[in-house]
Amino acid sequence: MILDYIGVKEINGSLIVIDDVEDAFFEETVDIRLDDGSFRQGRIVQMDGKRIVVQVFEGTREISLDNTRTRLRGRPMEMPLSPEILGRVFNGAGDPIDGLGAIFPDKRVNINGSPINPVSRVYPKNYIHTGISSIDTLMTLIRGQKLPIFSGSGMKHNELAVQIARQASITDKDGNNNFAIVFAAMGVKNDVAEYFRRSFDESGVLQNVVMFLNLANDPIIERTLTPRCALSAAEYLAFERDMHVLVIMTDMTAYAEALREFSSSKGEIPGRKGYPGYLYSDLASLYERAGMVHGKSGTVTQLPILTMPNDDVTHPVPDLTGYITEGQISLDRSLDANGIYPPVGILPSLSRLMKDGIGAEFTRDDHKSLSDQLFASYAKCQDARSLASVIGEEELSKKDKRYLEFGRLFESKFITQGYNENRSIEQSLNLGWELLATLPRVELDRVPEDILDKYYIEKE
Amino acid sequence: MKKIREWLWSEPETHLLSEMSLMENIIYGINGPVVTVKEARSFSMMEMVYVGNERLVGEVIGITDKFTTIQVYEETTGLTLGEPIYGTGSPMNVTLGPGIMSNIFDGIARPLKEIAQESGTFIARGSAAASLDQEKVWDVTVLVKEGDELVSGDVYAEVPETESVMHKCMFSPKIGKATVTKVYPNGKYKVNDTVVEVKDANGKTHELSLCQRWPIRAARPVTKRVSSTIPLITGQRIQDTLFPITKGGTACIPGAFGSGKTMTQHQLAKWCDADIIIYVGCGERGNEMTQVLEEFGELIDPRTGRLLTDRTVLIANTSNMPVAAREASIYTGITLAEYYRDMGYHVAMMADSTSRWAEALREISGRLEEMPAEEGFPAYLPSRLAEFYERAGYVHNLNGTEGSISIIGAISPAGGDFSEPVTQNTMRFTRCFWALDKSLAYARHFPAIDWLASYTEYFNDLEDWYNENLGEEYAVYRSTVNNLLQEENKLMEIVKLVGADVLPDDQKLVIEIARVIRVGYLQQNAFHPDDTYVPIEKQRDMMKIIVHLYNKSSQLVAASVPLDGLLQTGLYERVIKMKYEIPNKDIEKYVADYIDDIDKTVASIVSA
Repeated sequence: MILDYIGVKEINGSLIVIDDVEDAFFEETVDIRLDDGSFRQGRIVQMDGKRIVVQVFEGTREISLDNTRTRLRGRPMEMPLSPEILGRVFNGAGDPIDGLGAIFPDKRVNINGSPINPVSRVYPKNYIHTGISSIDTLMTLIRGQKLPIFSGSGMKHNELAVQIARQASITDKDGNNNFAIVFAAMGVKNDVAEYFRRSFDESGVLQNVVMFLNLANDPIIERTLTPRCALSAAEYLAFERDMHVLVIMTDMTAYAEALREFSSSKGEIPGRKGYPGYLYSDLASLYERAGMVHGKSGTVTQLPILTMPNDDVTHPVPDLTGYITEGQISLDRSLDANGIYPPVGILPSLSRLMKDGIGAEFTRDDHKSLSDQLFASYAKCQDARSLASVIGEEELSKKDKRYLEFGRLFESKFITQGYNENRSIEQSLNLGWELLATLPRVELDRVPEDILDKYYIEKE
Repeated sequence: MKKIREWLWSEPETHLLSEMSLMENIIYGINGPVVTVKEARSFSMMEMVYVGNERLVGEVIGITDKFTTIQVYEETTGLTLGEPIYGTGSPMNVTLGPGIMSNIFDGIARPLKEIAQESGTFIARGSAAASLDQEKVWDVTVLVKEGDELVSGDVYAEVPETESVMHKCMFSPKIGKATVTKVYPNGKYKVNDTVVEVKDANGKTHELSLCQRWPIRAARPVTKRVSSTIPLITGQRIQDTLFPITKGGTACIPGAFGSGKTMTQHQLAKWCDADIIIYVGCGERGNEMTQVLEEFGELIDPRTGRLLTDRTVLIANTSNMPVAAREASIYTGITLAEYYRDMGYHVAMMADSTSRWAEALREISGRLEEMPAEEGFPAYLPSRLAEFYERAGYVHNLNGTEGSISIIGAISPAGGDFSEPVTQNTMRFTRCFWALDKSLAYARHFPAIDWLASYTEYFNDLEDWYNENLGEEYAVYRSTVNNLLQEENKLMEIVKLVGADVLPDDQKLVIEIARVIRVGYLQQNAFHPDDTYVPIEKQRDMMKIIVHLYNKSSQLVAASVPLDGLLQTGLYERVIKMKYEIPNKDIEKYVADYIDDIDKTVASIVSA
């Protein structure tokens, strides 16, 4: 029996309350038809007896207490999936918007997904070559990893993400080279979404890209669904179609703000900065959908982008993200201002999985000690810089001056590279040794003697 | 449904739902993981219930005469009003018996390996897999005979559980006192097979199998708690030397993301000298649990020569698994720890991270619309933390053995700010504080434990142990090292302003020797085969070398010999690299060589 419920009891923000509803279930989707003939979608977010609270995806504008008819759809939010989603463009709620018609699904999945059993996971070890020295050497991206880019407004995170997506090649032992990109835009400007589309088009990968677009002026409730739809598509391509999927999600801060808006309209008790107390669990339910599993050759790698309000890394969104993801690529405002591209801030960046994905077996035997040493030496250079700003560069000891010189070279030669420059891992590592050669051997306390003997040639 | 029924009936000591309750109790409201039942009278607080047609596991957390509130340990998507709720008549239990060791469970002690076999890569809801393998046959030795009196905690049978753990089946404290009436022969039994029958004081007969059940929120009884005077040796230099913890002690590791909390926890779980490790991954990354699973299966325990998995239990409730089960995972972990403690083992429990557990409390509390205290956390956060940490301790067990539980909890403070409520409240209930520092981690100084902010209250309790086992010089070395680090900190204030070059030689020496301590001693390489775990004797001798270097250099400085000459010999760099040069065994010769090298180098400077 299909029932239409006429009218609503209450409207509050994006939520409507309907009374006397029979046979609804939690998180069921509903269709809402307005008297002017337009359709909206919603989802049940709370139930008390026969009273249900529905979240309306497109917003509640123009809804009055009695101009709607609501029908229960009998299923939770689902995403229709088939291999033909490649090359298609969807809106934030997973409906096609490229005018090419509906998807004929070979499967429908609940967009919330299910947690991957830790027992079924494979610990990610294969490294992804991005061709960017700072990333490959110091914060190596591993297939199945979730490595966010912490950025700020106006910095070149989009360019960096595109460069990574374009250059990412995978050294695969089992010969599986199917790859796909799932791109989820949440609350970004139309220009940004267009930039990504054009870049994918120019590099000829557009037929391997699935795009989910929820732009800055699209409804915020759809924004809370966008990453879930995108990740459902990614999991399908990876675990059922054996593809290596790179998921680019931008901007996670806009997503979290949408969640905050929705939470406050539900009247929930806010946590830090007004974000709901469950922001950690909610972000985790997205980020944890990256990984590799036993028995499947496909993988999901995530590259979320988030802009830190006021460049503040202790803001709840970057803070909680950092606790969930396996490291971060942190962009640096002062490098960016000095025209250094990519402006990767070395010291706060980190890849947690790199330790097991580098070394003789994957990259080269000296990789680990070289990267430790570069980190440590660059940290010392920063100390010398702050000292120099107090007592002046002239007054520094000879040792500190050499560190300053090392830092300059490191930033201008190692971090800096062209937008189209694709360096091999050997090039990057050798470049690192060239820079270390400007420091005396006794200063290299992170490198074992045998590696030093092999790679280090001091120059004056 | 049939399967669940069978399983319910097969579980020992579980009261069963009456058919009446089947009819009566139905879902009235749903809000995330919180479900309400209207006008139910049959439930008791903290009772375990099954919710809905899929039998999702839940727990009663609030009762009024109108509504009963239940938190559900699984996703509630798709639940319909009017679906039934079944009571079990008993609180959340875990089954304790052979088969726990080396296993991996979720937050409510369901075996993840069996769930993976049942439902594949993704965790499906309503799994009915029993905690312990019901089919596995164990080699049982019965230790009692007919007519024996059993009191709580007495061991009536032994089972070799893994190569390094002898599992002891203990008479459940729930029954009290009883007489053995029948003993089955030694041999092969499954976990639910009866091996001993007893008659209690009321004349009721109990069949004792290899397992028992225990409510996770109730501490298991002990005879008495005593203060511990034995250190938990971790093989990590900064912890063992500067900030030691006792067996039975509590420690917390707060740190911002990327400062190495999990890495530190892993190192402790791998190398500390406890008999049993309970590792609770509470709201953390899935890949980390996979890493522990894979790594521990290959690593060898340096003390027993057995695989590390043989002594390790994992509880994995990753951040994307249901939040209510995350809240329970800590209690499940500590109950398992207590069970092995009762057998007379020293247990170390790692909880990573207690902040996620506190957030689960906050989330549930928010759904219940309770009045929040600081930062949205419920007002009962401190009492819950205290309840948890107080379950640690060194105890005399009911059966006369001694055992201990040490708890090491990681904290993930928001924004790396230690003034937030979880860190502050935890500091009140733990006696050892290992603060991780972000700037150390940025400079890749690992473990990034800040030696200025960290503290331990246990050192005085342990002094006798050190004097007896490592000689009285140990405490002297330790305080010398500690003082030098404190002094360096003061001098660095000056150096930051004017540079190191202007300091007089005696202060320059402090800076240089502190560098040796920081880089050569406190920094420890977890990926180096020897350096990842350093025996306490080697730690003492490394300190001895450093202190010797300091004393000899001080003599030079006192004699007005310029320090630069000594620095240019490379002696300090050689001492810094001693951690890689001195092996972990038979170290006397190497230590003597270093002492000799120092003496000779200093002598050569003097004669020059």
